[in-house]
Amino acid sequence: MAVNAQDAAPKAALLYDAKFRSILYQIITLVLLIGFIAFLATNTISNLEKRGIATGFEFLKHPAGFGVPFSLIEYSEASSYGRAFVVSVLNTLFVSACGIVLATILGFILGVARLSPNWIIARIATVYVEVIRNVPLLLQILFWYVGVLSALPTLRESINIGDSIFLNNRGFYTPLPIAEPGFMAIPIAFLIGIIATSLVSRWAKKRQEATGEQFPVFLTGTGLIIGLPVLAAIVTGFPWTMEYPVLKGFNFRGGFVLIPEFAALLFALTLYTAAFIGEIVRAGIQAVSHGQTEAAHALGIRPRPTMRLVIIPQAMRVIVPPLTSQYLNLTKNSSLAAAVGYPDLVHMFTGTVLNQTGQALECIGMMMLVYLTISLSISAFMNWYNARIALVER
Amino acid sequence: MKFTGTFLAAAAALAVGGSAFAGTLDDVKARGQLICGVTTGLAGFAAPDDKGEWQGFDVDVCRAVAAGVFGDPKKVKFVPTTGQSRFPALQSGEVDMLARNTTWTFDRDVKLGFEFTGINFYDGQGFIVRKSLGIKSALELDGASVCVGTGSTTELNLGDFFTANNMSYTPVVYVTADEIRAGYLANRCDAYTTDRSGLAAQRSVFPNPDDHVVLPEVISKEPLGPLVRHGDHQWGDVVRWSLNVMIIAEEKGLTSANVDEKKASTNDPEVKRLLGVEGEYGARLGLSNEWAYNIIKTVGNYAETYERNIGPSTQIALERGVNALWTNGGILYAPPFR
Repeated sequence: MAVNAQDAAPKAALLYDAKFRSILYQIITLVLLIGFIAFLATNTISNLEKRGIATGFEFLKHPAGFGVPFSLIEYSEASSYGRAFVVSVLNTLFVSACGIVLATILGFILGVARLSPNWIIARIATVYVEVIRNVPLLLQILFWYVGVLSALPTLRESINIGDSIFLNNRGFYTPLPIAEPGFMAIPIAFLIGIIATSLVSRWAKKRQEATGEQFPVFLTGTGLIIGLPVLAAIVTGFPWTMEYPVLKGFNFRGGFVLIPEFAALLFALTLYTAAFIGEIVRAGIQAVSHGQTEAAHALGIRPRPTMRLVIIPQAMRVIVPPLTSQYLNLTKNSSLAAAVGYPDLVHMFTGTVLNQTGQALECIGMMMLVYLTISLSISAFMNWYNARIALVER
Repeated sequence: MKFTGTFLAAAAALAVGGSAFAGTLDDVKARGQLICGVTTGLAGFAAPDDKGEWQGFDVDVCRAVAAGVFGDPKKVKFVPTTGQSRFPALQSGEVDMLARNTTWTFDRDVKLGFEFTGINFYDGQGFIVRKSLGIKSALELDGASVCVGTGSTTELNLGDFFTANNMSYTPVVYVTADEIRAGYLANRCDAYTTDRSGLAAQRSVFPNPDDHVVLPEVISKEPLGPLVRHGDHQWGDVVRWSLNVMIIAEEKGLTSANVDEKKASTNDPEVKRLLGVEGEYGARLGLSNEWAYNIIKTVGNYAETYERNIGPSTQIALERGVNALWTNGGILYAPPFR
């Protein structure tokens, strides 16, 4: 026994070595984790095989065969499941992007309104925030859907604006410009306008820092961004034709249509998220001490530049991180679209496609990957923006 | 294998349970209850009544299986499933069988890993529209908005029908039958399409059923029947023959009212075999020899459940049509019991 104990002594020392032990634990954990995942994977595959359930992504090339009520790109029953996937991703992105823009605008208005010295405006904003925040989103979506469907007139009694815009409970119909040769000049001009504006603004900033002279950047920028495409349109001779919606048989044909499902979902997402954003904005503004305003005024800065150059940049540091998570929430909440039949990723891809193909693992996997990608992209962008406006300590 | 089952159940996203694969009959017996997937509510086929008890034509298939296994049609837990959730529910072992207006197709039989165990209703897809539209045929529906349920053969047939006839349409896709009905009634769509039995069931709960008309076109074959997981043949046989027993019982004139008397007095060898007077037929399925008697006694024959749930005297008011026995001009036909 004694001999054995002596032999074991150096090994025991290694085992009691903190570094060695921590590495050992990590290796054991890793092996267990990999083993667990491998176990799940092989079990899944063998179970799928045993039951003769098809696997793989081959189905994406097969024709889908079902129709879609709303699509931003060309789609027909003959299109593939892969195309249906793209349609559904675009629909999700579309409603999320519209929702984010509108919720941000409304949220900022609400946040400022809650701080308004006007008693009525401040109370209205408070009531709005408290009511909307505390009613479940799904209920709000259904409320708006029923509201939209029953408030709007039927097809035959459509609200008609100049025989080109129509509104009824089947949707909101507008004319659609159809591009003709030479049309590309307009978006190119638009792009040039944006680039030129950013150059002008940089130059103006440098000049102001050097000489103190100001330059009307906003007016110039607006002129460039709107003026150049208009000029391009005039030069190329308006290279598009308008396709007007026309009532034919059961429905309007032609033109662009926003379906009521989209409207209900967008309303609900916007109003709901705006309530949260309003609170974030209010908190952000209140986080900047009043001394900052007084200091700016003491330096002779007028109220508007004070807001723009002193208060908002500091408030943004408080606002941006929680704002990011609201954007992420809105995007993920858009998956409640299934409740009203808006063809988003969840409703269309994991609803219809999953059922037609029966390939649950692939469909759910793809869906999770898409949401992950969207969320991480929003997150990355907002982190970049946050870093840009963060306090630079010297 | 049990261990595997628990493990995978934990990883619910994988939707594959190991223990539920074979020996479903043993699982059901051990549990003391059949778990049956039905619709979320379709009048006449599967819907809870005012006491919360599930009633309907599909529900009776579940009850027949429970009666066969336990001798008690009440030993069923009903799990409402949508068109989307029904297949994962069965694949994962959450339910033992589905009896919910599911069309038997090649893909579902072969690719999804299921086994259809018979047809309890021969159906076909149709359209219902408002009478005020004044149309007489589905071929006049060019350009219409059509309400349809997601994840169904219905959705594909709809696409095929309009493409084949060179017509355009806008689908409005909902998840549950209630949502579709609400959308159609709110005038979101011009027509509502599903199996004609489903249309009849839905029309029965419209505020003014007479304002709506089912168009004459039948655009598809929809053989509806119960299904189980592929590979468990014993369980498949139990479900298949529970349905067949109801059909054979109608053929032989056995009803819940007269089965006792017939059992005592019959000279028909097939009836004797069916009711367990002769032979060991139930035992071969792993059930008692009284199983078929129990089904007929407690649930009734095919005609009884048809008349009770969806027949002409009910709100649904579906004529037997092709669902009559083959001897009465229909195509309902069960293999011989021997």
